[in-house]
Order: sequence, then structure tokens, then C-alpha cells
Amino acid sequence: MTILKNERDLVVPGEILAEGLDYLPGYGAFREGDRILAKNVGIVSIRERNVGVTALSGRYMPKAGDKLIGEVLDVQMSTWFLDINSPYQASLSIGEASEEYVERGADLSRFFDVGDVLYAKIISVSKHKNIQLTMKDIMCKKLRGGKIVNITPSKVPRLIGKAGSMISMIKEKTGCNIVIGQNGRVWIKGENEDLATQAVLMVNDKSHLDGLTNMVTEFLNSNPGVKVAADAKVYEYVEGDAN
Amino acid sequence: MRKFTNMLKVMPIRADGRSKEELRELVIKAGVLKNAEGSAYVKMGNTVAVAGVYGPRELFPKFLQNPEKAHLKCRYNMAPFSTKDRKRPGQDRRSQEISKVVADALEAAIFTKEFPKVGIDIYIEILQGDAGTRCAGINAASVALADAGIPMRGLIAAVAAGKVDGDYVLDLTYNEEEKTKADIPVAYMPSMKKITLLQMDGDLSADDLKNVVNVAIKGCEKVYEAQVEALKNKYTAVL
Amino acid sequence: MMTISEGYVHELAEKGLRLDKRKFDEFRDVEIETNVIKSAEGSAQVKLGNTIVIAGIKMSVGEPFEDKPDEGVLMVGAELTPIADPDFEPGPPDIRSIEFARVVDRTVRESKMIDVKALKINEEAVWIVNVDLHVMNFDGNLIDAGNLAAVAALATAKMPKYENGKVNYDEKSGALPITAMPISVTTVKINGKLLIDPTKEEENAADARLTVSIKNDGNICSLQKGGTEGFTVEELDKMLLIAAEKQENLRAALK
Repeated sequence: MTILKNERDLVVPGEILAEGLDYLPGYGAFREGDRILAKNVGIVSIRERNVGVTALSGRYMPKAGDKLIGEVLDVQMSTWFLDINSPYQASLSIGEASEEYVERGADLSRFFDVGDVLYAKIISVSKHKNIQLTMKDIMCKKLRGGKIVNITPSKVPRLIGKAGSMISMIKEKTGCNIVIGQNGRVWIKGENEDLATQAVLMVNDKSHLDGLTNMVTEFLNSNPGVKVAADAKVYEYVEGDAN
Repeated sequence: MRKFTNMLKVMPIRADGRSKEELRELVIKAGVLKNAEGSAYVKMGNTVAVAGVYGPRELFPKFLQNPEKAHLKCRYNMAPFSTKDRKRPGQDRRSQEISKVVADALEAAIFTKEFPKVGIDIYIEILQGDAGTRCAGINAASVALADAGIPMRGLIAAVAAGKVDGDYVLDLTYNEEEKTKADIPVAYMPSMKKITLLQMDGDLSADDLKNVVNVAIKGCEKVYEAQVEALKNKYTAVL
Repeated sequence: MMTISEGYVHELAEKGLRLDKRKFDEFRDVEIETNVIKSAEGSAQVKLGNTIVIAGIKMSVGEPFEDKPDEGVLMVGAELTPIADPDFEPGPPDIRSIEFARVVDRTVRESKMIDVKALKINEEAVWIVNVDLHVMNFDGNLIDAGNLAAVAALATAKMPKYENGKVNYDEKSGALPITAMPISVTTVKINGKLLIDPTKEEENAADARLTVSIKNDGNICSLQKGGTEGFTVEELDKMLLIAAEKQENLRAALK
């Protein structure tokens, strides 16, 4: 009957969010008897009768329809295997990669090779976590050069912003090309990669503060095109492909 | 004379000045290691444990993969300098048994079915041992698991209790453990009100056992508060 | 996990850059904390950037080695515990931890940091000093961090009392007989460039590695070359110079 936490409260696993049967457990929450409890360290989110927790840490869990950034780990007869920043590898079959007719046994590495970075979409996730990808969707492509910044997957919506407002602003102010994967990987390429990286990490670290957009805007205005020292442990690089 | 008896009343009953049901000095910090996905430091008196969690991640060798749930592995390890007499490095039979019961105690809290086929690795390093090392290890591992973002039914808190000179006593030191009739480590999940680890060796009546377990559970609830606080401190700082 | 490619580290080195923006001859931040382990006779935790190593000293009394009847025993061991890195495996010590322990062991031993003759108690009994290195977080350059931890722990250790043929750990009898303080400086060669204090990514990308250990008097007490490529004599000269200069920074941190 009662909700015991407020929107945006910080909770840890096992904390009671609500009592009674009027509410339903959302993401990051579970029901035990007539109580709803938190599963993760995170921020309480209440959407009408749904009470959930937005996790503040943890690996990315793949969902059908997600667009993400993966790295090719292996090339086999008719399939590529990709690391998608989750505990599970994803596979991309030749039929989902190209419209071209490909001879049996052809060398697939001429399309994508080990180490290539792809922006792809998940078409299905089975109960046993077999994950199928496709490249046949708008924007799906191989990403060349640039670098990859990892952020907490649950903070991706904040980085995108309302109707893409946050990311458009960062792109505009830094002149960088930026692609965001739902799996928490962000690809950045351009003259001001370091500055754009700082802005992305700022969103990641301060995602729950009010006035975040203003804060990031101010930061970018006060550092126009300046190379900023960055913590090397936070981000990872894609090998420089000349293009 | 009267003054003297008053003094006796307020005199602490334990060598380190604690009352019977008082925990040792307790320090918990979440997120102390950079490489591990989740980590924690726990100090209970002179016992110090650090836990690190890796995963969920791909599990090898493949035959260990369970299509229904994650495979939880725990390695409890004592540093060679953690004891009075140097401990030979490596896993002896005691460490292996403790690793097993600690893994079971923690698995009770984890939604392992959300992660078929993968492995979750929990590493516990005992840096300083003064009794209660498995409890300190569980307290650290539980915070490390939550810090790693692994979905859980609740945190698990652990502390040992025993009976010394007719008294039920909480959180024994090594010297007290020597004198106890029984030393009983208890792990408890307050959110589900469940005991997830219980061991004993010694000689106790059933009534005594119940009383000791009750004392231990009350202690676990205090440890639990400190665990919640440690996690909230870390994540408030991040927000 | 996506890894930083070796190629990228090479490319940066070519341009005179490092992933963490350090200069080639710059150490990461060093933090040394001594007496961190109460159960040990001496201890130190060293943070070298994100690498964390704890050294703990345990002392006991035993028989001397037959070929050295007048000397105490000093031994260095190391554990690359799996808590420290996603790639460290539980199990018996692998070749990396054996090399790590042996290089630190040789440095401490050959510098004569501890006067082992003073560790003799009587004809049958000598002090046995065990230095155990415990890696808690790995980000490259274990040797320099481990050596620093071992030296700091030995220098601040308190010997237990030896009474009536028994060690009394609750009473202390004084410091170890310290005569020197050796410091290690490790340099790697990447794409022909020489970089000190390599991170994990830099070690993976390195073609060759050299550890130079230097005593207070400036003399060298141990060397260890690693990696599949060779050095020229000029490169060796340069590395000795870098080591001589940069060991001062670590020595200052030790105080």
C-alpha cells in the first residue's frame, strides 16, 4: 500500500522500496511476499505503479533492439564473433552483414577482420543468451580510427539527453563525430577527441545532478578546443585505421 | 567498598574492554581496487579482509558452464604475513573448505539465473588474521558483489559468537576463541531474514546454541548497517 | 574487454607520447605506507600509479643452511593473487611471479641490505626472514613497486624477542641490521624509445625491458633483462643514466 522510498533515492540490494500489492517491481527490483525490494545499488525510479532501480554499476545485459559497439574477436566460416562489453559474445552471420552473394568458404575477413569495431544492432537474445546481430539497419557500420570511451551502461540515456540534446551539444562544440552504443561504449573521432572525452566522462560521473547540461556546456565553452589531460585507465583505444 | 562494587559493575568484562555483545572496531570501505569490477575492505578489530569480484564473465573451462545459471567461484586466501607464524602460501584444505562454505553463503543472495553460462569470481584476501576471518571475508565479498552491480536479494553480513566463561560473547578475538566452549560463525541476510552460513565446533546445549546464534544475528544486523553505509558513501561521492 | 592495441602504444611512442601523458623518464605517483599489517614484523604498502603491492615480513628462528653456517636466512616470495588482475589465474606460482620474486630477492640479497651475519643467534639457530610480496592491483612494473615495498618493510621491521629457545612475537627487540637501501628502476624499449615505469599496456607492447638496481653509494647491485629484443651498448648506457638519476625520486619517497 505504501511506497517507502522517493524518486532518485540511493538504495542498495535488499532495501525495501514498497509494501503491499499496489505496486509492481520494475528493472532492478523484485517482489518477495508483499514487499518490493532493490536488487542493485542504484537510484529509485517510480513510473506510475512501477518501482525500479537504475543500477549505478554492473555489466551491460543485451536486449533485442539495442544498438551497440562491438569488437570482432574471431572470424569463422560464415560468422563473426564480437565482444560487446557484456559477459556474452554476440554473433553476426554473413547473411546479416552484407547483401552481396558470398561463396561458401570465402574469406570473410575482407568484410570485417579481427580487431575491427562495428556499430551493430541486436536482432535476438535467446533464453540461453545466444545473441544475434545485424548490420542491416540505419547507421550500422564499421567504425574506423577514433577512440572508444567506456561509460556505465545505465547512463547512456543521460548522455543522449532529451531528444538527443546532450550529445548534439557535445558534437557541435567539439566538432567530433560521436557514436553511442547502448552497451556503454562511446566512439569519438575528431580534432578535439580529448575534450569530447572529458565531456562524456563528465556526464558519466555527474549524471544524477541537476543542471548537468549547463555544467557540460560551461565546461566546453571554457575549454574551446583545448587538449585536456585525461586518465588513461578510463578509456580504450581503437587502432588507428588511416581513414 | 561501595565505590569498589560500582567500579566492578562498569568494568568491562573482556580483555579489550568490550561488553559481551559489542563488535570490535569495524571499518568498511567499498570500491578499493581499480581492476576488480567490485571490491571492499573490511577491518574487524585486528582482522583485515579485502574482497574483489570479477564478472559476470565468460567461464573456462567450458564444461563448468551451466546453461541455467552463473557459476559462482570463491577463493579465500590468507596472506603469508597474516598470522603470527608465517602461513605457507597457497590453498590448504582449510582454505578450500572455507572457500566452499563462503561461496554457498553468498550464492544465497545472488540472482544467478539471470546470468546463464557465465562465471562470477570472488577473491578474498585475508591480510591480517585475528579470528573471524571467514566472517570478515563474507562481509567484504558481499559489499564487493553489490559494488560490482550483481543483482542480489540483499547484503549478507557475518560475525561469530561463542560462549566464554558462561557468557554469550560476540565477535571473538583469537585469544577469546581459545577459551570458548564453541565458536560459531553466522552469516545472515537481513532482507530475507535467512541464515546462510552456520558452522560450529565445540560442545554446547541446544539452548546455548540458540542463544549464541541470536547474539550473532544481532551482531550481523549491526554489521549490515555499516555495509549499507559503506556502499552509500561510495555512490554518494560518485553522484 | 576491448584492449588497447600494442600498435597504438607503439604509434604514440613514435610521437613521443604515452597513454597517460607522462614523459618517458617520469615515474607515476608513488605512495609508501609502512606498518600496515599488525600481524607482520614489518610491512609496507606501495602504490605506484594503479599498481598496489603489499610486503610483509615474518621472522622465525631455524637452522642455518649447511654451506652458510654463520649466516641468517633471507627469502623473498611473491603471489600474483587473482584479485589483482582479470588475467591472473589462481593456482601455483607462474613464471611471472617467480621472476618477480627472484629479481627482488637478488636485489635485496646482493645489495647486502641486511647484514645476514648479524642474524646468527648461536651455532644451531639463526633468524629466518621471510619477505612476502602480495600484489593487490596490477598495472605494470611489479619489480620496482615490489622492491620498494620490500625495502620499506625491511627498513621499518621490528625483530621479535628470542627467549629460552622460543620466539616471543609480542615483545620486540629492535630493528633489523640494515646496511644499505637498494632501489630498482625498470625501463622498457618500445619502438626504439626508452620509457621508465611501464604500465600494463606498455609492458605488453614492450620489445625489451631492463631493471637496474642501485645502492646508496651509486653502485649497481642487480640487473635483469627481459623481452625478446636486444639493446645496443648506447641504449644500455642511456638506461643506466636514467636509472641513476631516477632512483633519487624513489629514494626520496622512501623517507
